[in-house]
Amino acid sequence: MSIKTLKELPKEEFFASGHRMCAGCGPATCVRQTLIAAGRPVIMVSATGCVEVSTTIYPYTSWKIPWVHVAFENAAAVASGIEAALKKLSKDGKAKKYDVIAFAGDGGTFDIGLQALSGAIERGHDFLYICYDNEAYMNTGIQRSGATPHGAETTTSPAGSVIPGKKEYKKRLTDIIIAHDPAYAATASIAYWKDYMNKVIKGLDAKGPAFIHVFAPCPRGWRFPSNQTINIARLAVETRYFPLYEYENGKYTLSLDIPKPKPLEDFIKPQRRFRHLLEPKNKYMLEELKNDIERNWERIKKLCSL
Amino acid sequence: MMEKKVIPISGDEAVAYAAKQCKPDVVAAYPITPQTIIVERFSEYVANGEVDSEFVCVESEHSALSACIGASLTGARVFTATSSQGLALMHEMLYIASGLRCPIVMAIVNRALSAPINIHGDHSDIMGSRDSGWIDIFCENSQEAYDFTIQAFKLSEDHDILLPVSVNLDGFILSHSVEDIRVLSDEDVSKFLPPRIPYYTLDAEKPITIGALALPDYYFEIKRQQDEAYKRVLNKFKEISREFSNLFGRKYDVIDAFQMDDAKIALVGIGSTIGTAKYVAKQLRKKGKKVGVIGIRVYRPFPSKEIIKLLENIKALAILDRAVSHGALSAPLGLDIKALLYEYDLKIPAINFVYGLGGRDMAPKDIVNIFNQTMKIAKKKNIPHGIKYIGVREK
Repeated sequence: MSIKTLKELPKEEFFASGHRMCAGCGPATCVRQTLIAAGRPVIMVSATGCVEVSTTIYPYTSWKIPWVHVAFENAAAVASGIEAALKKLSKDGKAKKYDVIAFAGDGGTFDIGLQALSGAIERGHDFLYICYDNEAYMNTGIQRSGATPHGAETTTSPAGSVIPGKKEYKKRLTDIIIAHDPAYAATASIAYWKDYMNKVIKGLDAKGPAFIHVFAPCPRGWRFPSNQTINIARLAVETRYFPLYEYENGKYTLSLDIPKPKPLEDFIKPQRRFRHLLEPKNKYMLEELKNDIERNWERIKKLCSL
Repeated sequence: MMEKKVIPISGDEAVAYAAKQCKPDVVAAYPITPQTIIVERFSEYVANGEVDSEFVCVESEHSALSACIGASLTGARVFTATSSQGLALMHEMLYIASGLRCPIVMAIVNRALSAPINIHGDHSDIMGSRDSGWIDIFCENSQEAYDFTIQAFKLSEDHDILLPVSVNLDGFILSHSVEDIRVLSDEDVSKFLPPRIPYYTLDAEKPITIGALALPDYYFEIKRQQDEAYKRVLNKFKEISREFSNLFGRKYDVIDAFQMDDAKIALVGIGSTIGTAKYVAKQLRKKGKKVGVIGIRVYRPFPSKEIIKLLENIKALAILDRAVSHGALSAPLGLDIKALLYEYDLKIPAINFVYGLGGRDMAPKDIVNIFNQTMKIAKKKNIPHGIKYIGVREK
């Protein structure tokens, strides 16, 4: 089953409006797309983060599905326990076998939650882990994570007069996950809603652990106007900054080829987190970022041609 | 029907055997000495089809308890086990397990904490977690470890309680020593402990949000309610133990009072040392010394009323701790007992003895020494007696 047009989208929504995410929040759009794609009730485990704190301020909740938050670093481990329990209890006729989605940000996935995620995938639990990537710790006020790109300014990688932004490069997370040989893995962007939603469906249908790394811009943290979220999410793909691909049955597939990429500046200019990279003295850093993006693109292309 | 089967097994094996008979739906655990035998035996039970549990062999203790929380919230009967560093790694999850009111039973095979690294028994691990909102039960011997593991599920899953329970047994002293254990039949355990009936679960037909953000306008009330549930624990423990005793004959209370009826000098402590203390107290009685022993079985919630009743006529008290609370007035149990005495306006001279750290032996002669020192202070009410260390080289 795959979605081809807007009309085919399931009508029922499991994520209520009135939550307290920011205007133009990429992750909020991502949650909505995820649950519409699922089209049926799932059990969701949220890691600590923006999505968690903004949707469940007691005594209110935005979730019309069974939803649980335990802590920051363990969404995959909690999902493991839920999946194991459902397996046993459904066998005994005491529970229905719902799909389980773990939903965590880049901090909760690239950094503090990586061990729990690795363990859960290695154990082969049948669940879908979605990492919504807004490239920094936004909930605590924009601190750099392993997902923050080279050169970007955050409150812990400030664009100083000596060090202009983050020195290190973005962790190649999806490759780490693919090294576990999961049932399914993919990257996605909320701008390509059809691609993302179909990947959610594939991830839920996969027999075993599935992983989706979805690009979800943060207007607040990246410093761009809140009506530009989807544009930025699209430009990330069009500039080859964020390649879209899948991994299934041991094979990589490019979801969208970008034969003529737009200049990286198109993606960077609207975002104040990159402003300093456009100054002549920091040109070297912009070049380093471009080289890394191109190297990554060529690498992914090569993997997809195997 | 009472089962008369006796099998020679270690403390760890007794716990694993009991856990198997309780038929947990999910077991998530990570190996650590001296708990290892529990997970090994349980793995064998699963591999040989003796129990139909989902055994989640996690990559850390943090994930072990995280998975247990997830499984418990899904409605499963859940068991895990750990020790020492493993419990320390779980620390964050301990508070969440109790705060989310998750029935979970965890065997803690008590072991010293690093540094220096040491695999032997003391109570540093559990004492560092004593404020986490769990029900902490201590075992004097492996028979208790077996019996309390079974009772712990019933206590934890009771709808008046819904709190996680730790069953503590001393590393190596109990975990690796073989005792004759009187075990129940599987049928008897099933009769005593029917399958769990969850209070609420993660179910799409009745979707609920668990683990919401509670700000200053609600957090306080939620924690207050949690403490209220804690207050019901001791009576519930007694009720469950009475039922256990009616069926199987072995009787337990939240404390174990030994020769306390007319005692003038008392020793209060927890864990396997209580067995040695009882032996010594018995010998001393033969010499006409009016000594008694109080073993604390349920340490959290603290059985204040049960203990204070026994202390009314006591002239001097020895409080035994197998852990330190660095920089504090007393070691953990010392703090509890001294606070209790103040609360009930009882001025009993008391020495807080710290012993057995890192598995240092506690021999009968050490306990004789403790009783002797305690007898000497019986009339010295106004002198601070502080902490004394037993069996340590000071020079």
